[in-house]
Amino acid sequence: MASLFRPATASLRRLATTNARQLHATARLQAENPPPAEGFMPGVAHSKLIRGTPELALATPDLPAHIVKDGQTTKMNLFQAVNNAMDTALGTDDKAVVFGEDVAFGGVFRCTIGLAEKYGRDRVFNTPLTEQGIAGFGIGLAAAGHTAIAEIQFADYVFPAFDQLVNEAAKYRYRSGDQFNVGGLTVRMPAMAVGHGGHYHSQSPEAYFAHTPGIKFVVPRSPIQAKGLLLASIRDKNPVIFMEPKILYRAAVEQVPVGDYELPLGKAEVLKEGKDLTVIGWGSQLYILENAIQMAEEKHPGLSCELIDLRTIAPWDVETVVNSVNKTGRLVIAHEAPLTGGFAGEIAATVQEKCFLRLEAPVQRVCGWDTPFPLVFEKFYVPDIIRCYEGIRKAIEY
Amino acid sequence: MASSLRSAATLLSRTAAAHPRLAARRALATSAARLQASAPEVVVSAPLAHAAADGPKFPGALHSKYTHELAFIKQSAVLPTYRVLDQDGQIVDAAQDPHVDEAWAVKVYKTMVTLNTMDMILYEAQRQGRISFYMTNYGEEATHMGSAAALELDDIIFGQYREAGVLMYRGFTIDEFMNQCYSNVHDYGKGRQMPVHYGSNKLNFQTISSPLGTQLPQAVGAAYALKRAKKPNVAMCYFGEGAASEGDFHAALNMATTTNSPVLFFCRNNGFAISTPVSDQYRGDGIAARGIGYGMHTLRVDGNDVLAVYRATQLARKHAIEHSEPVLIEAMTYRVSHHSTSDDSSAYRSKREVEDWKARDNPVTRFRKYMEAKGWWDQAKEDKHKKETRKTVLAAFAKAEREPKPPVVDLFTDVYDTVPPHLREQEKELHALMAKYPDHYSTAAYAPSK
Repeated sequence: MASLFRPATASLRRLATTNARQLHATARLQAENPPPAEGFMPGVAHSKLIRGTPELALATPDLPAHIVKDGQTTKMNLFQAVNNAMDTALGTDDKAVVFGEDVAFGGVFRCTIGLAEKYGRDRVFNTPLTEQGIAGFGIGLAAAGHTAIAEIQFADYVFPAFDQLVNEAAKYRYRSGDQFNVGGLTVRMPAMAVGHGGHYHSQSPEAYFAHTPGIKFVVPRSPIQAKGLLLASIRDKNPVIFMEPKILYRAAVEQVPVGDYELPLGKAEVLKEGKDLTVIGWGSQLYILENAIQMAEEKHPGLSCELIDLRTIAPWDVETVVNSVNKTGRLVIAHEAPLTGGFAGEIAATVQEKCFLRLEAPVQRVCGWDTPFPLVFEKFYVPDIIRCYEGIRKAIEY
Repeated sequence: MASSLRSAATLLSRTAAAHPRLAARRALATSAARLQASAPEVVVSAPLAHAAADGPKFPGALHSKYTHELAFIKQSAVLPTYRVLDQDGQIVDAAQDPHVDEAWAVKVYKTMVTLNTMDMILYEAQRQGRISFYMTNYGEEATHMGSAAALELDDIIFGQYREAGVLMYRGFTIDEFMNQCYSNVHDYGKGRQMPVHYGSNKLNFQTISSPLGTQLPQAVGAAYALKRAKKPNVAMCYFGEGAASEGDFHAALNMATTTNSPVLFFCRNNGFAISTPVSDQYRGDGIAARGIGYGMHTLRVDGNDVLAVYRATQLARKHAIEHSEPVLIEAMTYRVSHHSTSDDSSAYRSKREVEDWKARDNPVTRFRKYMEAKGWWDQAKEDKHKKETRKTVLAAFAKAEREPKPPVVDLFTDVYDTVPPHLREQEKELHALMAKYPDHYSTAAYAPSK
């Protein structure tokens, strides 16, 4: 994430906002104290997208009324929110179990900390090192009517499980004529760039799974979102893959409602309303987009951008996106995953089909280059603030 | 070389006491000499025989003891095959007699014959273009009936594709088989999969899928669920020796032992995976030897001996439930069938070999001999049953063929629990096309969509 605090040109440096200066200061601090394995996205704490007070938290759209009324929130980061969601699931569903590599001691990212002690090693347990085994085991548990919460240690390692997820889990209900289903299966995986992950600790595999009818794919951007979306995913009657941006595990901190709540799957959220341009992203990319929008709105006075968090990649909220582009006429989509075959292509194709005459500019896709995720070249690879800003500029100056 | 090593050792030993580093070098020299003198290529079956009383106690093999003999470890003897009935249908060892009653035996035998009849008719149906695909079960009838008879209805079954007899024994009717093969409106699978991809939730038989081996780790998960629910049941998982080469097999056996799941892994080792003979599939001692490697209780049985398969499955099931442990059963048999209707096995094995097996060791005949010796069966009963079965199967066949296909609306249902907006939209698009080109997209053969 080096590009966040090292703008390329003098003019852009002048445009550096308080936000960016703070990012720079944070970055210097990071250099002296090396970041944790999962990375630490600087500046998230200062993001307007973060609901850091109880008032902001309780204003979260789609929060159930009883949660708002109860009013209790507590400070949690992303891994604590994920932990809390699983704790809630285990506590309210006797048939729920959590399993995967290293989950018993708390997990390599602390997502399962305390759960084995609280619920016992028959409900929270380690598996051998086998993603295909983990996925297959989860499918069997779910086929038998139980709730299987599986962890794949890194999204980069989901591929041995691909056959089980795509050929089995996704087709289980359909092929059986609805005699059987594995709705009780949820597969969680840390993913996305961390700053030093390279090929195999940075991937975003959403496109592979979005192409598979029968499974759902969800990406949270913050602790409040993670808890609600994960609980919804666990309780959804379809197999769900839940991709957690690991660079946010410690960096994203919010006041999270303590009660049991779900947020809706298949529904995007408009984070910032605007009239001139629609910007779409998911997970950690939203914080980059927020900064890029800020930069653009300062450089182009009068510009107002609408920022949308897609939240569910499959099935995605076409209606919200189309309504937005019909309003603005311009669209920028950003994701870390490589450009070709990436999910931005799916959104772009649908938008050009449904909003063709409304579009004022070609849809801009700001994505990872079509290379494996490089270590030392990460800052040149990722769709950072500058590239996202340039995508916005191209869309508005067309 | 050896003599110079020996003289070096002698020289070193004189100064060893005075110099610790030299003592170490001396030890190295003497062991080198020993190595030189021994024959490392000699294969012995148990280096443990030469082991010292203590061991290194590494966590990876806590109880392993030291050995000072370097020799390859190889399996000393091929695992034996458990048998109860000989080729003449006689119980070899009276102590192994499962003491089945006439009703049990008649049901098993009749189901074997019905399976053969259904296979014959459906194979022909494919040849005549009436169904698109079929797989027969010839030669493996005993693996189906013997194992199915040892299971309870609450045991969850995961099959591969050549276990129709198991489903038949449990109560799947000829109509139900036919409906799936004809992909008609009564198919529980709603016509979505190729023939023989049966599934029945009321008979606890998970729907078959084509990818091989995927059912193994799934069976482990289902078994774990049974254990958690404190049900005295097992997950029963069938697969062939070819599927046992898949990664899922290894993942499953490992997960089964480490999670203490009551799952039975039942391998039908029938000698072929399409055209691939076992010599191209593995070099170890079949599949049974692998179970031992995973720390699992293992049985190898004569899969053409219904009583042996029955006893083995009974024992395995009891052990799995009582100890919450998996068991591997390797049922040795011979695939008399072609792989499927897409295969002509004379392309890779002689017809003579198949005929020899049919004559020499037919599981149906073997059991019939046992029954006749007991006075439970005779030619008259045989003729009557064959005639009745053929009539039933032909009637079911004709009926299934007449039924319409499932309604086209079922193209879009069950992808998820509810039909999402984007699928509703795609459905509308298809409907518009169907209305515009009604002859091209004729629904005459399909049940009406409600």
